Amino acid sequence: MGRAVAQARAGLSTTRFAGARAGWSAAALLPLAFLGLFFAWPVLAIVSLGLREGGVISALFAGETWELVGFTLGQAAASTLVAVVAGLPVAFVLARCRLRGLGVIRAAVMVPFVLPTVVVGLAFRTFWPDGGVLPIVLANAFFNVAVVARTVGGLWAHTDRRAEDAARALGASRPRAFLSVVLPALAPAIGSAAAVVFLFCATSFGVVLVLGGSRYRTLETEIYLRTVELFDLSGAAALSLLQFAAVLAVLVLGGVARRRRETALSLRGREELARRPSGGEWYVVFAAFAVVAALLTPVIGLITRSLSTRDGWSFAGYAALATRGDRGTLAVTGLDAAVNSVRTAFDATVVALVVGVFSAVVLVGLRRAGGRIAEVLDTALMLPLGVSAVTVGFGYLVTMDALPGDFRTSPLLVPLAQALVVTPLIVRMVLPVLRAVDERLRQAAATLGASPFRVWREVDLPLAGRSLAAAAGFGYVVALGEFGATSFLARPDAPTLPVVIARLMSRPGELNSQMAYAACALLMVVTIGCVLLIERLRVPSSGEF
Amino acid sequence: MALELDSITVRYGQTAAVSDVSLSVADGEVVALLGPSGCGKSTLLRAVAGLEKPSSGAVRWDSADLAGVPVHRREFGLVFQDGQLFPHRSVAGNVAFGLRMRGVDREERDKRVLSLLELVGLEGYADRRVTQLSGGEQQRVALARALAPSPRLLLLDEPLSALDRALREQLAVDLARLLREAATTALVVTHDHDEAFTLADRVAIMSRGRIVQVGPPAEVWSSPVDVETAKFLGCNKFVPGSFVGLDVERVGLRATALRVDDSGPLEGSVLERVHRRDHVRLLVEIDGEEYEAVGPMTEVGDRVRLEIDLDGVARIG
Repeated sequence: MGRAVAQARAGLSTTRFAGARAGWSAAALLPLAFLGLFFAWPVLAIVSLGLREGGVISALFAGETWELVGFTLGQAAASTLVAVVAGLPVAFVLARCRLRGLGVIRAAVMVPFVLPTVVVGLAFRTFWPDGGVLPIVLANAFFNVAVVARTVGGLWAHTDRRAEDAARALGASRPRAFLSVVLPALAPAIGSAAAVVFLFCATSFGVVLVLGGSRYRTLETEIYLRTVELFDLSGAAALSLLQFAAVLAVLVLGGVARRRRETALSLRGREELARRPSGGEWYVVFAAFAVVAALLTPVIGLITRSLSTRDGWSFAGYAALATRGDRGTLAVTGLDAAVNSVRTAFDATVVALVVGVFSAVVLVGLRRAGGRIAEVLDTALMLPLGVSAVTVGFGYLVTMDALPGDFRTSPLLVPLAQALVVTPLIVRMVLPVLRAVDERLRQAAATLGASPFRVWREVDLPLAGRSLAAAAGFGYVVALGEFGATSFLARPDAPTLPVVIARLMSRPGELNSQMAYAACALLMVVTIGCVLLIERLRVPSSGEF
Repeated sequence: MALELDSITVRYGQTAAVSDVSLSVADGEVVALLGPSGCGKSTLLRAVAGLEKPSSGAVRWDSADLAGVPVHRREFGLVFQDGQLFPHRSVAGNVAFGLRMRGVDREERDKRVLSLLELVGLEGYADRRVTQLSGGEQQRVALARALAPSPRLLLLDEPLSALDRALREQLAVDLARLLREAATTALVVTHDHDEAFTLADRVAIMSRGRIVQVGPPAEVWSSPVDVETAKFLGCNKFVPGSFVGLDVERVGLRATALRVDDSGPLEGSVLERVHRRDHVRLLVEIDGEEYEAVGPMTEVGDRVRLEIDLDGVARIG
C-alpha cells in the first residue's frame, strides 16, 4: 500500500497540482518569450535568409564543408580528451583530499574558464606566435579543465567512499578499485562534463580565430568569415543549420547524462570527510599540481609579455591605453573602451539575472508540479550556449530594426546579446541550490502565515543568496569577456575591451600589440579578482560550472 | 465542533491515499491519528493544513468550509517530524517568524518569543544558531515556532519520531503537559501507540486510508475493533475468549497476558527463552500451541503453571 501510494505520488502528482501547474506553465512563457524574441527570431531570420538565397544544398554537399565539420569535431574531441584527462586528477584532489591551499587550487582552476577568449588566444600566441592546431586544442582544453574538475569533483565528493574501501578489502589494487568501482560511479558526471566541454570547444570562436586565422577554420569561425568578409549568406546559413543540429544532439545527450546524475546524487548520503592522501595517491596529487601549474603558465606568460618590449621592461603598453593606438587604430581610447566594457557587462548581468533567476524559480515550481514544459524550458535555456554567437549577432542586425524605435542603434543591443550568453550559466548555478531547498521548509513558512511571494523572499532568497551573488559575479565576468556576438554588434565608437584587443592585434605596429597585451593583462586581473571574490561566496560543490 | 472533516478523499491518480474519512476535533481537544506507515494519516494531516487538495469532501472550521482558504491564511500551526527550522535564522528568529508574518510589533514579538522559549524549556537559547541544536532541542524550537502565533489548531506530523527512544518518551510527557496547559486544539499523526496514548484525549486508528476506530485511548487499547488493529496495538496471539475466561468470541494476547504463577489455571512446558529489548520472555507450549509468557528464569523443558493478566488481553470487536 505504502509503495503504491509512493509510486502514484511520484507519477501522478499531476492531478493534485493541476491548478499550480497551469500557473507555472504560464510563468514559463515569459522566459520562453524572451528567448523567442532575442534568440530564436534572429537565428531563424538568418537561417531563412540563407535558405531564400538558395545554395544551401550545394554548400552542404561541398567537400570543403565536410572538411570543416571534420576539423571542428576533431579539434573539439581532442580538446575534450585533454580537458578530461587533465581535469580528473584535479577533481580527485578537490573532492577527496585534505590539503593546505585547496582554495588556491580551486580558484586557479576556475580562472581560465572565465578568461576572455581573446585574452587566452593572445596568451597562447606568446608561446606559439604563428598559431596552429596544437595551441588551438590546448587553449580550448585550458578553458574547460574547470568544467571537468567541478562537475566530476562535485559528484566524487558525494560518492560513498566505502564502496571503494570494500573493493580494496576484497583484494582489488588501487588502480583496479578505481577502474571497477569509482570510474563507473563517476561515469554520468564525466559524460555530462564531456558533453558540455565538447559543446564549448566545438563552438569556440575567439581562440580559434586568434590562433587559427584563415588557415585553421572551424564551423564557427567560418560562419563569421563568410558573413563578414565574403558576405556568403547562404553558405553561412547552411553551416549554421549544421552546427545547430550538432549542438542539439549534444545537448540532448548531456541532458540524459545530467538526469542520471541527479538521480544518482539523491540516492547517496551527504558529503563525507576528505582525508589526507596516502601512498600512490600522492602521484595523483602531483599530477593535479602539474595541471594547475600548466594552467597558470599562459597567465604568467601574458603578464610578462605585456611588460617586455624590444628595449627591455616597460609600461609603454599600459601607458598607451590612454591613447587611440598607433596612428589612430581605434576610434576611442583604451580607457574609454574599458569604461564601456564595465558598463555594458553590468547591464548584461542585470538582464541575465532577472531572466535567469526567474527561469530557475519557474523551473523549480514546474518540476514540483510535474509536467513536460519543464524539460522544454530547461533545454531551451541551454540552447544559446551552443548556437554560434556570430549567428545571433548577425541575426540581431537583420531583425532588430523591426522592434519599436530601431533597436539596432540601441545601447541595449550589446548587453542583450551578452545576457543571452550569460543566462544559461546563471540558471545552472542557481537551479541546484533552489532545488536543494526542502519543500517542507517552504510549507512550514506557509503554515506560519507567509504568502507564496513572502515564502520566496523569506526562505528561497536568503538560502540561495550567496550562490546568487556568486552567479552574478560569474555572469559579469563572462559578459566582460564576451567576444563572438559583441564583435559583431559593438559600434566602432563604443567598443568593448575584447573588441579593442582584437582590432589592435589585427593591425601592425609594436605599440598596438604592446597595448593589446596590456589590455589583456588588465582584463585578466579584473577577471581574476572577480573569481577570487566568487570563490569566497560559493556554496561548496553546488552548481555545475 | 472546532475542526470537522466531512468524507475527505485524497487521490493520487488511481490510488486513494485517504478514502471517505470523517472526523471531528472539539475545541481544546487533542486527537491522535494512529496507524502504520503508508496508511494515509500524513496525507490527511496535509489536507487539513491545506497542503494537499482533497478530491472530494470538506474541511470545515467552526462550520466554515476551508476549501478556498490557502495554507497561509488558515492559521493552523504545523510541526514536522524533523523540525524543518529555517537554517538562516537564529532560534528567536525562527520562533518570531509567524508573528512577523502577522505584523506583530517588535516589542510584543520579543516578549512572546521569550515566554515561548521558557514554555518549551529553552530559556537563554534565543540567540543560538539552530544548526547547533540537538535533535530534541530543534523539535522544541519547532514547537515554539508553531505555537507562537497562537494557531487555532496545531498539527503535529510524527513530532517525536526522529528522536532517540529515551528522549522521545521524555518529550512525549512534556508535550502532553504543554498541550493541556495551553488548552491547545491539536491533531497529532503518529505510528507509535505509546506516543498517541500519552498525548491524545481521543485516538483515531487509520488503516489503508480509512478510519477504522475512534475512541478514548483506554477503550481503543482494551477493545480494538478488529484483528488487524489488535495486531497493530501489540497483540501477537489470537484465541477464543473462553481461553482466558471471558465471554467474548475472540481476544488478542499481548506479551504480558500470561505470567508464570504456581496457582494459575493454565499449564504448559517451556520451549525456549527469548531475549527481548529490556527483559526475558518465555516461549511456552500449551496444548500444542506456542505462547509468550512473563516469568522468572526457568530451564527449557520445565513444566510451568500460568496466570492470566487481563491488562494484557484485548477484546476484539
